Parts: sequence; C-alpha cells; structure tokens
Amino acid sequence: MSAAPLGYLSSDGERAAAILPLTWFTLCVSIGVCLIIAVLVWIAARRAVPGQPGEIPVERRGSGMRWITIGVILTSIPLAITLVWTISALANTVGPPRRPGLVLDVTGHQWWWQVDYNGPLPSGRFATANEIHIPVGEKVLVRLHGADVIHSFWVPKLTGKTDTIPGQTNLSWLEADRPGIYRGQCTEYCGAQHARMGFEVIAEPRGQFERWREAQLQTAPPPVTAAQARGAQLFQFRCSVCHAVRGTTAASHYGPDLSHIASRRMIAAEMLPNNPGALSGCIENPQAIKPGALMPNQHLSGQQLTDLTVYLETLQ
Amino acid sequence: MREAAFRTPEIGDDTAVLRARLHALWETEPGLKGWLGTVDHKQIGIRYIITAFIVLALGGIEALVIRLQLAGPNLHLLTPEQYDQFFSMHGATMIFLYASPILSGFSNYLWPLILGGRDMAFPRLNAFSYWVYLGAAIFLYSGFLTGAGPNDGWFNYVPYAEKDFNPGINEDFYSLGLIFLGISTAVGAANFIVTAFKTRAPGMAINRLPILIWGTLTASVANLVVIPAVSLAFFLLWMDRQFGTDFFQTRGGGQPLLWQHLFWLFGHPWVYAIVLPAMGMVSDGLPVFCRRPLVGYAMVALATVSVMILGFGVWVHHMFATGLPGLSLSFFSGASLIITYPSAVTVFAWIATIWLGKPVMKTAFLFFASMILLFVIGGVSGFMTASVPVDWQLTDTYFVVAHIHYVLIGINVFPVIGATYFWFPKMTGRMMDERLGRWNFWTMFIGLNVAFLPMHLAGLLGMPRRVYTYPAHMGWSALNLIETIGAFIFAVGTLLFFVNVWKSWRSGAPAGDNPWGAPSLEWSTTSPPPPYNFAVIPTVASRHPLWEDQLQEGEARSSLRRGMTLDQGKESLLTSPIDAAPERIVKGPDDTIAPFLLTVAMMVLFYGMLLKTWWVIGAGAILCLTALLLWLWPRRELLERAPDDHPESAHV
Repeated sequence: MSAAPLGYLSSDGERAAAILPLTWFTLCVSIGVCLIIAVLVWIAARRAVPGQPGEIPVERRGSGMRWITIGVILTSIPLAITLVWTISALANTVGPPRRPGLVLDVTGHQWWWQVDYNGPLPSGRFATANEIHIPVGEKVLVRLHGADVIHSFWVPKLTGKTDTIPGQTNLSWLEADRPGIYRGQCTEYCGAQHARMGFEVIAEPRGQFERWREAQLQTAPPPVTAAQARGAQLFQFRCSVCHAVRGTTAASHYGPDLSHIASRRMIAAEMLPNNPGALSGCIENPQAIKPGALMPNQHLSGQQLTDLTVYLETLQ
Repeated sequence: MREAAFRTPEIGDDTAVLRARLHALWETEPGLKGWLGTVDHKQIGIRYIITAFIVLALGGIEALVIRLQLAGPNLHLLTPEQYDQFFSMHGATMIFLYASPILSGFSNYLWPLILGGRDMAFPRLNAFSYWVYLGAAIFLYSGFLTGAGPNDGWFNYVPYAEKDFNPGINEDFYSLGLIFLGISTAVGAANFIVTAFKTRAPGMAINRLPILIWGTLTASVANLVVIPAVSLAFFLLWMDRQFGTDFFQTRGGGQPLLWQHLFWLFGHPWVYAIVLPAMGMVSDGLPVFCRRPLVGYAMVALATVSVMILGFGVWVHHMFATGLPGLSLSFFSGASLIITYPSAVTVFAWIATIWLGKPVMKTAFLFFASMILLFVIGGVSGFMTASVPVDWQLTDTYFVVAHIHYVLIGINVFPVIGATYFWFPKMTGRMMDERLGRWNFWTMFIGLNVAFLPMHLAGLLGMPRRVYTYPAHMGWSALNLIETIGAFIFAVGTLLFFVNVWKSWRSGAPAGDNPWGAPSLEWSTTSPPPPYNFAVIPTVASRHPLWEDQLQEGEARSSLRRGMTLDQGKESLLTSPIDAAPERIVKGPDDTIAPFLLTVAMMVLFYGMLLKTWWVIGAGAILCLTALLLWLWPRRELLERAPDDHPESAHV
C-alpha cells in the first residue's frame, strides 16, 4: 500500500483510472485559475493610493466591460472541455459491466460490511465480513444494499463512492489491474463508529481466488483440544446470538459471519490486525475499542476468554 | 371622505423643528418595555448582528474543540457521541444561526437607510422575526447544552435520524428547532421582498438599487420558496419519530432518498441565500474604496439573480453517489458547471473595479479584496465537485470540508467583517481602529488559509468527513496538525475583531456622516442615524446620489435636504415597484410587545411539542392565539383615513 491508502490521485483499476485524468485536469485548471486571480488582485491592490477615501475624488475611468467579456470567454474554454469530458467519463463509468466476472452483494451495517458470494447452488454461497476477495483483471459487479442506515461504499484506488441505501439496490463495479490489498471506507456519515467502518479489497489471480473461495465454503473443523472444545461451547452459548459459524448451530446473521475469522487479515472493520491479543480485546471490551458499537462488553473470565480465542483461531 | 393615505404630502426643508417633531414621533421609549417592544429596524438590526456574532463565537469554540480532537491520530478528547454532537451543532450553528441571521441583521439595519425609507414595510413582523430567531437559537442550544444536541450532522440524513437508530430526544430538538427557525426566516424574507418593492425613496428605480439590495432580495425570494420544503421535511421526520408514520422509512413504503431531495431542494438555494447578500456587500463596499462606480452594474445585478435561478436546478449535485440514473446526473452536473458563468462575471467585475480605480488600503478594503480570491478558491473546488465522476471520489472527503469553509468563511464571514468595518461608523458614530484592523485581517487571512488549504490535500489523500478520529499512517496526520494550528490562528483573528469592535464602540474616533465618501443614501444622514432615519424623504436622481457632483454624469441631482416631510404620525411613503413613483402614505405601527409575547408563547408550544405533553401544547396554543389577538387588535392610529373625517369624531 502506498503512503496514503485512501488517496485517489493514483489508481489501480479501470474504473478509477477512467476518472483520474479528469480529476487531474480539473485540479490543474482550478489551481491555475486561483493563481491567475491571486496575481490579478495582488497587482491591482498594489496600486493603492495613500490618503483617506473621502478625500480622493471619484471618477469613472473606462467602463471595464472588456474585463468581463474577456474573463467570461477565458472561463468558457476549460468549462466546455470539462463539461464534454465529464459527460463522456460518466458514460464510460456509470453503467455496470455487461458480463461481469463476479457478482457480489455487499450490505452496509452499523458499522461493518457484509459480503455475500453467490453460487448456482445454496451450498456454493457464503458470507464474509469487511474483506472482499476479487480476481485480478476481471470486472466485478457489486450490488449494494442497506441494512439499517445509509452508508457509502468506496475503494478509492478502484472505484468512486456509491451509497448503500435501505430499500433500494445500487450498483457499483470495480476491477483491479494488479494483485494487491486496496483499502475501502464508509463515507456516508452513519453514526458513532462511522470513522472506523473500513474494509479491504484483496485482488488475487484467478487460481488463488478460487482456492480462497473453496476454503471459505468449508465448514468449521471440530474442536480438537479441551480448550477449543470449551471455547466452541462458549461460542454456541453466547456468541451465536448474533454470529454465525458455518457447519455449527451458530447461524445468526445479526453480526458478522465468523466462519473463517482466523483467515482474515484485519478485524473490527479494518481497525486492528488479526492476532489473538486484539481478538480477545475486541471480545471482552469492544466498547473501549469502538465506543457505541452494537456489541456489548462480554465480562468473561480470563480462562473463558482464552478458550474462546483459541477456538476462534481454529476457524481458518 | 378624505383618505389620509392619498393626501398630498407636504414638501419641506430639513429643519431642527421638523427633526424635533419627528424625533418625538419615532423615538423608542426607554426602559424594559421599550426595549422589548421596539420596532425600530436599526435596533432590531443591531440585535440581530450582535446575536449572530455571539453565535459565531459559540460555533467557533465548537470548531476548536473539533480541531483539538483531530489534531493527531487516535485522540480521545471527545467520545464519538460527543464528537458527533459537536460537529452537528457546529454546522447547524454556523449555517442556520449565524450565516443567514447575520446578513438579515445587516440588511435590517441598512435597507431602509439605503432605500431612503423610515422603516421596513412591516416593522412588527420585523421585530417578530428577530425574537423567533433568538427563541429558536435558545431552543436548539438548550438541547446541545443538556447533551441532547443534534447528532446527525446539519444535513440530518434519514434513516439515521429516525427513532430506531436515534432514540434520544436529540433529533426532536433539531427537527422542531429548525421548524421554529424557519418561521423567522420566512417572515423576514416576506418583509424584505415587500420592503424592496414598495418602500424605496421616490426616483430610486430598480436599476438604481445597490447590489446589496439585489442580493438580499434575491435571497429572500429563494428563501420564501424553499423554506417550506425543509420545514415540511423536518415536520415529516418529527411525525415519523413521534407518531410512527413512515415517510422516510422503507418498512411502511417510505423512501430515505425523499429526505435528501427535500433537504437539498432547500439546502442548495440556501447556500446562495447566505452568500448573495454578502457578495452584495462587496459589490457596494469595494467601489467606495476604489473611488469609482462598480464595473458592470447591470451584469452583476443580473448575475446575482441568475445564480439563484440556476441554483434551483443543482440540488442533486449533493446526491451524485446515491445511485440516481446517469442521465439525470449529467443534467445536474451541467447545471452546476454553468453556475461558473455568473460567478465569473461578478469576479471580473470586482477585479476590474480595483484595477480601474484608485484603491485605498483600509481594513474594509482588505477584507473585500481578499474575499475575491477566497471566493475563487471556494468556487473552483465547487467546479471540481460539479463533475460527476470526479465527485464520486471527492464527495464526503475533507476536500468538500475545505470547499464549504472557503465558501462560507470566504464569501460570508470575510464580507461581513469587511462590512462591519465599513458600516460600523454609521451604526455607532465611531470609526473602528485601523491598526488593530490590519492585525485582525492578517491573522484571519493567514489562519483561514493555514487551516483550510491543507484540507484540500487531506481530502485528495482520502480522509473522509465526519470522522471522530483517524488511524495513523494514512498520510493525514501532519496535515491535520497544521489545520488545527491554523484554526487557532483564525480564532485569534476573530478575537481581535471582537476586541476592536468593543474598543471602538467605547472610544473610537468620531466618524461624521460620511467618513468614506460613499455614494448611497445611508451616508447622507447622521451617524448614528436618528430614529426616523431621514428628516425629509430623499428624492433620488441617479444610482450614486452622493457622487453626482463628482461623477458629472447627468444634469439631474438627488434632493436630500428638501422633500416630503411626512410628519403627521409615524408616516412612510409607498412607491411603485419598478420606477419608485410615489403611491401613498402609510402609517407605521407604534412599539408593541406583541411580537415578543407571541414568541414566548411559541416557545411554550414548541417545548410542549418536544416533550409531547398535551396540556403544555394546549396552553402554548392558547397563549399564541392570545398574543396574536393582541397584535392584530384594531388600532385607531393605524387607520388610513384622516382622523377628522372619521365618522365618530365628525359627530362629536
């Protein structure tokens, strides 16, 4: 990732790239206009005369209409270019791809992203959270849904923003030119943890993507050690109220699907790296890490917390 | 039966006897009753201005707390909920409680003086509009100070503002508070429109109006059209929250996007409403310091109106990312880009005015001239966001935060402070300190640019808006620290301004009637003006009544010391809308506390609605009716017939 993971003055995908030259053009025109105006005002004001305004006689020297005429003509040139360029860039990028390589459903929740992968059979469908895997070089159609309030889906290096709005399905699409991890972020204010509602798009070659997809379809391995078994039991007893683990009786979709939590790079919507320490912190005391988040503090004993973390680490 | 309204007015000279007679008629009585009951537009205007500046300071303090929170990554000065209330209240304060009322204040004070009248068209409505503004400000701040401030931004998007996601009383405060405030804005707008068209001095034809009048008039017409949209939106939201309707919720067939349409249908014209009068201040003030008339008067006046007309067709540019069809996006994109034209006309008219004039470096000039550059910076970033695909990246990042602040500070705060330096001598009879003024200007100008120029870059580097904190290593940390430092420099500048006002009001140098050698009518009366403004109603012969002898552009001369005396009661003249030909005489109302009482009654009503306590609502409604009855009770002195022809008195 570059120094500014959410910066959009560079792009790594077709849709963002189609917009980038127009962004640079309007930016340069804007800076140029500001400089010209600054110089004009500065030179004009440097001709200041001393004295009190009331003592200096008033006179009308020239109508000055030429300034307005020339100014408006000069303004027209970049304006016309921008208008035409805007309409053509819009036409090239607005429509969803006709034959997408992959179709995803992404749902914005307070304050995490649900990602549903579809398959021809129910057994081929699965859900993940805050981590979107896509094959490199293929156009991916993203159908956006709103679960609660309005959020906005944005992966600046790959695509501009599209809102997720309850009651309607919006379409976005993205394509990554090269393998990589691209950061995404909710950009429509959605409440207490709006700031921490990140996600990432992992673009990988088709073969690798397929292997990841196969792995995601696997059910949870049965616990092996005693600690894992205690953790699994605790999960069923407490966590399954909101979370699901594929192949177990935990099947609630109120919170993120945790079937393969251990395979993810980051947790807490792109806030923390996925390691046992961060994971147990997020379980025990989410309100300290993300105040206002919908997950309550768990008040587990040290032993329970260790067991649970150990169990979650098995969900590769 | 002779009608007083159509009697032939007496023509007389401006004499001490006449002034004494008028003074007795127009003076506000001292004491609390006079203070609460005054309908003098000058007192109301100054109240508006002072209240709005206090509100500006409050919003500024909120901004500083926000900037402290964002000074570095992962800071926790505020909790997320507190931060959300701070940024929402900051926005609501600056946009609703400062930016518009401050302009209403200046226009209230200046309009009758500029137009050569004795008061606004509806003086009691004018007092009412101030009291309701104050009441709504108290209402909204009573929520914020008790921890129930708005927490969904000033734009208040649903469904987050609905009760399911926002169960507290916060959004009820905001919904009702803005409906309340809307009453003030709407009656104020109606008053400005009638005042502009009907109470001008004879001869002040529509092509002789100062641009400030054009600006406020245009803004008022827009307000009258769009305030109902936002009041309705907030009313529907309140219904959703309190009575389970589903206007904005999908479960009952409502649409979250309906809110955005209603809000921005109001919100975008509103942006122009809070800058056009300020642009008018620059168009009128700048030429005085350049010692020449404004370049392209007619073009600038038409540009003012056309910005507003185009402004009605651009609201969707706030909604480019909501999934609307590409075809409609391209229409709104085009309309938004086209607004560049009238703006360019105005900018080049200003520059040409300086270029073809003899600029005099006063503090007011510095604020007006630098505003041109700030206007352009705020304008070009707006031009970038008008391009739909570019906006998909720019929107909801700090780039837009930079944009809105250059627009609102550059095109509202800077002209307003320049206008204060310019008109303060008229309002108080004293000059503001020029040396302190230079310090004031440069700290504000530098502070503004240090605070907000880096925000463009933070936005281009992807920093989203409305975040209570941000992670390290995103490339934003250094920029945010610079922005915070800039914000504090700007705050020092604002403080210097308040110090200068305070100091100059107490001990500034005496100003005289026309310290700047300015052309318009307000400078022909004393500083501060008498309660009746003008002893004789001026008769206007040109666009620059006080510059006629210097400009030598025609034979006709305005008559400022001889004219209609209108001294048989609180009389003013009504003139025709286009040519300002005299039509009839109207009697102004005396001071009355009815507007104040009605506002108090409305506050009872609105607090009752907030608490959903029916007996308080009932009591508030009855109090409102009582106050209205008191207000509308027929008064003999307002009759438009001459008293001696009155049937009763004829028979006695």
